[in-house]
Amino acid sequence: MTDTIKSKVKHFIVENFLFGDASQAPADNASLIENDIIDSTGVLELVAFIEEHFAIAMSDADIVPANLDSLDRIAAFVAARSSTGQVEAAE
Amino acid sequence: MCGFGGYLGSVAEGEQLLHSMTQALLHRGPDEQGVFAAPGVGLAHARLSIVGLSDGRQPMQDESGTLTIAFNGEIFNYVELREELRARGRRLRTSSDTEVILHLYDEIGADCVTRLNGDFAFAIHDARQNRLFLARDRMGVRPLFYTLKAGIFYFASEVKALLQAPGVVAEIDPVALDQIFTLWAPIAPRTPFRDICELQPASLMIVDESGISTRSYWQMDFPDAGEASRHRSAAPAAEELRALLTDATRIRMRADVPVGSYLSGGLDSSIVSALAAGMTPQALRTFSVSFDSAEHDESAFQAEMARALGTRHSTVHCAQGDIAAIFPDVIRFTERPILRTAPAPLFKLSGLVREDGLKVVLTGEGADEVFAGYDIFKEARVRRFCARQPQSRIRPHLFRKLYPYLPGLRQQSAEYLAAFFGVGGDTLGDPLFSHGPRLRGTAAAKLFFSADLRASLAGYDAAEEMASLLPENFARWHPLHQAQYLESRFLLPGYILSSQGDRMAMAHGVEGRFPFLDHRLVEFAAGLPPEMKLRGLTEKHILREATKDILPPLISQRPKQPYRAPDSRSFTGAGALDYVREAMREETVAAGGLFNPKAVAKLHAKCGTGEANGFRDNTAFVGILSTQLWLDTFTTAGAGITKAA
Repeated sequence: MTDTIKSKVKHFIVENFLFGDASQAPADNASLIENDIIDSTGVLELVAFIEEHFAIAMSDADIVPANLDSLDRIAAFVAARSSTGQVEAAE
Repeated sequence: MCGFGGYLGSVAEGEQLLHSMTQALLHRGPDEQGVFAAPGVGLAHARLSIVGLSDGRQPMQDESGTLTIAFNGEIFNYVELREELRARGRRLRTSSDTEVILHLYDEIGADCVTRLNGDFAFAIHDARQNRLFLARDRMGVRPLFYTLKAGIFYFASEVKALLQAPGVVAEIDPVALDQIFTLWAPIAPRTPFRDICELQPASLMIVDESGISTRSYWQMDFPDAGEASRHRSAAPAAEELRALLTDATRIRMRADVPVGSYLSGGLDSSIVSALAAGMTPQALRTFSVSFDSAEHDESAFQAEMARALGTRHSTVHCAQGDIAAIFPDVIRFTERPILRTAPAPLFKLSGLVREDGLKVVLTGEGADEVFAGYDIFKEARVRRFCARQPQSRIRPHLFRKLYPYLPGLRQQSAEYLAAFFGVGGDTLGDPLFSHGPRLRGTAAAKLFFSADLRASLAGYDAAEEMASLLPENFARWHPLHQAQYLESRFLLPGYILSSQGDRMAMAHGVEGRFPFLDHRLVEFAAGLPPEMKLRGLTEKHILREATKDILPPLISQRPKQPYRAPDSRSFTGAGALDYVREAMREETVAAGGLFNPKAVAKLHAKCGTGEANGFRDNTAFVGILSTQLWLDTFTTAGAGITKAA
């Protein structure tokens, strides 16, 4: 499941933050902040995407780099929420 | 204040070239034009008459006829210098400041610049030594560009005059573009025009048969950190500051025409306006710009200050759509790509000044650099504070206090705030520590560079170049002073005084004067202990103390409101202008060769949705659009964007 999640998130990142330039796509474990892929507004865009596409309600406490600062972390976070039943409906 | 140009070398039809140069600079000098041509040399001048209205015509020669000057700017201490010259037996034939430079050069040669308190760029042809002497003021208020083509040295106040010279063509310099997309401005002497250079601030140049030599005659300097300051208590320092600022304003009121003042509603222009109002027998004329959006508009503060001072106040409104409508003209005058739209409202403002019949205004520019007013200084202090306890989840909340006007930051967790501002990642010993987040945030927009442009820049790092140019004693300065130096040495002349300053004012033949950039005040402020400038997170503390008796509390206690204008949303959505679509169209972008066409199309579409766009997207949009307009305006690679649209 994490591969599917990762692929969807990666597509979103490439389209929305890299404007279609897949050659700049980050490695799965690369920091999105340190690689200047997202800024403070970008984090909020990412949260909106996750909530809408994975039907997860994210609390303020969820919005931390530990959950969102790489593809691996995002996939693990979404998968964990899915396994605990907090994912309401996948896209 | 004027524009000038010229050449050294043998130019066929030189006089015709000089006339073309004056025509290209007519906006800087609409009052009268003149040329001087002799074998192997030519000077052209377009004059904005401010001092010595009837006898200050240029190019001007000394009595012997061997020294000829073309000068742009003002020498504010010319009255005192004239008295000194007379006392030494010199005979002055005019009432102008221009003649003072000629006499000083005649007496002491190149060192004459050290005697001048002013904003100046000039060229003197010295027939005795068969050389050309050029100089530029300390802070970089007045511009001076030059190029060498087929063995002929050409120079001018703006590049558009140089482009009149035979064989001089406009091509983009990729390194300069990289510098702009990292530092907001090229690093002088580099300009966006390949092979066209800018004389650096506080520099002089001699051109003769042996070649071109340049040297600096002044630099902003700070004491070593921990060195005992002569300013031990605030009260006498504030008193000295007030006296210096008053005198800096007084000598900047010297003119044979009325002098007005910009009034933004912030602390700095309010101080300058208050001091100036006390020096004019009639009501001072003040000028402001207002905006539709509440986040940019400062009308209430402007009105309060105008009322308190009893000025004759005029406002120009910058409505939704105005920025896009004038942006092509703005780029024609900045002559460089820009990452922010902030110059555009200032273009409108100088138009208002001119319409109201004035051609000289004081402004508060420079106070933020000299007295540590910018958010970036506070940001660096908070980042250092956080770096001492990188695990703290309390300390990063201070970043919210710094940027209450950035909604994207307000909603972030402490962990994200720490990550965005490099807490734990940035090295405290890095000379560019203070500017790390800004440099990284800006450079992120280089994502849109085309593969070809990236290839041509392989291995180049603009921040590294900036770091390599820092003075030897930089590492010994207090961190606040290091940050002040970076702002003052690079962004101030390269963007603030140029794209937002000289170019926007002179587009309408208006001269800006900046009391805070009087070199006596700059040197005094550099010697103040850091805590007198940035006290805790209160910026410009000593300046507030020194001027609190002349300002309403609403203004004197007002926190810094950065001057900003709407960015990408000025150009998108309903009513978007055709030229914007044309400039950002895939085919047009591909023809320019500098950006990735598909990525730019997606950016344009994203910005057009009306959703909130972050720093990177806004930076990229304005940077790309202005670069496309620059290509269109100055080079043959331009696709005729504005014409096609």
